[in-house]
Amino acid sequence: MQRHEPYGAETASVSADAPIVSIRDVRKFYGSLEVLKGISLDVLKGQVVCIIGPSGSGKSTLIRCINGLSDVQQGSISVAGTEVNDARLDVVALRRKVGIVFQQYNLFPHKTVLENVMLAPRLVLKESRASAEQRAKALIAKVRLTGKEDAYPGELSGGQQQRVAIARSLAMRPEIMLFDEVTAALDPETVKEVLTTIRELAADGMTCILVTHEMGFAREVADHIYFTDGGVIVEHGPPAEVFSNAKDPRTRRFLSQVI
Amino acid sequence: MFDAISGFFLDLYEKTGLNFNIFYDEFEYDRVLAGAVTSLELMAWVICLSIVLGVIGASLQHMGSRTLKGLVEAYVQVFRNTPPMVQLLFFYFGLGSITPQVDMGGYNEPLISSFAWAVIGLSVFGAAYNVEIFRSGIESVPRSTLEASESLCLTKWQTNLHIVLPLAIRVSLPSLTANVISLAKTTSLVYVISVPEMTYVLNQIWSDSMNVPEMIFVLFLFYGIVIALIGAVFSLLERKLRIPGFGQ
Repeated sequence: MQRHEPYGAETASVSADAPIVSIRDVRKFYGSLEVLKGISLDVLKGQVVCIIGPSGSGKSTLIRCINGLSDVQQGSISVAGTEVNDARLDVVALRRKVGIVFQQYNLFPHKTVLENVMLAPRLVLKESRASAEQRAKALIAKVRLTGKEDAYPGELSGGQQQRVAIARSLAMRPEIMLFDEVTAALDPETVKEVLTTIRELAADGMTCILVTHEMGFAREVADHIYFTDGGVIVEHGPPAEVFSNAKDPRTRRFLSQVI
Repeated sequence: MFDAISGFFLDLYEKTGLNFNIFYDEFEYDRVLAGAVTSLELMAWVICLSIVLGVIGASLQHMGSRTLKGLVEAYVQVFRNTPPMVQLLFFYFGLGSITPQVDMGGYNEPLISSFAWAVIGLSVFGAAYNVEIFRSGIESVPRSTLEASESLCLTKWQTNLHIVLPLAIRVSLPSLTANVISLAKTTSLVYVISVPEMTYVLNQIWSDSMNVPEMIFVLFLFYGIVIALIGAVFSLLERKLRIPGFGQ
């Protein structure tokens, strides 16, 4: 396994140049099956990081570990100063900093677009109805869905639902956004609208970690690419380097198949 | 009401021999009316209580400790595997005989009336099915939807109240309607513990007046109409709760 070089100081404190997400030697087992075999990576504030690799390489598991949806058996995951792999973890405090968007949108089907976006700010952040609604409408506008506030998820296309899911996540004012193969269930035309939304988010300075199969998009928006295979990070670097000048034969084989 | 119809039914009896005495004999009319009211009250109590108990049981199974889950499971098994009539007899004559009697000044009255036993017995019977119906609704909420809620920092209670419950109710409603209808019909069984509801009252009237076919016809019509109305209320509820684009 290639040893990963950290970007900044290896401390948990959050200084300007310290990584906002720092993963060190993380191992995860399902029974006797080891799915993450010692993963290390760093993400700086405002960076866009894409994790690519074949199916079953542990990408989604890795990203789900960052907000505590999956637990790990070994190693450390530090997110904005919070240690995730800690028995005393305040999972709510962690998840308020980390938004996640899923492949299958996972919107609340019995709530309208507006209600989906307003729900957590109302219940968790205890915002007033007026202020939550005002912010929700602004976020819905940001993902270009003005006019759909009163629609139910079942009445929207996949791409529209996914943009609602992004707005819903942003409503919690996260510092980091995780995207778990968010375009994998979409048809090619609607993929674009979702990618546009993420691109704008990245341009606004949001720290984004994406698991994706959209290589063109990864190449365009990512500051750093990680290629995973078989539970390890095989190779990583700036997109230009990984895409045009991959050193590892596994990376080259994968890229030649998907591009 | 009575004055408006009594003439017609008296006339009918005199001309054809069809004896609907409950519609021209004021004493019988009042008896039947009281029986109908008792039936409707019983249905209302049993439907509401069985739903409340069903929600509680399913919630315990969803969130409770292992012991609680086991107890709910045992309860469901016992009350699904025994006939409702036997349950009523068990409650009224079994448990009823060991509940205290209240001195009413010269005579004793059971603390729990036969009507109350009927409400208890049938609610507990109906709730056993409702637990399973609501459980299937709860289990139909995808794990991924719960993960989304968890990721948005909703507490377990908030998730249950705002996400699981509304979705589970909608999924459960068709089966719940079927069980509620079946339960409303089962109220006719309480004549075995002498609750003066419609079946019991009409049974007494036809024994007194020997007009069995006519009274059976009335009884049949009574349940037919009442149950149709209950069914209509529930399908209206189902329509009201329908979400555009969900579950179609």
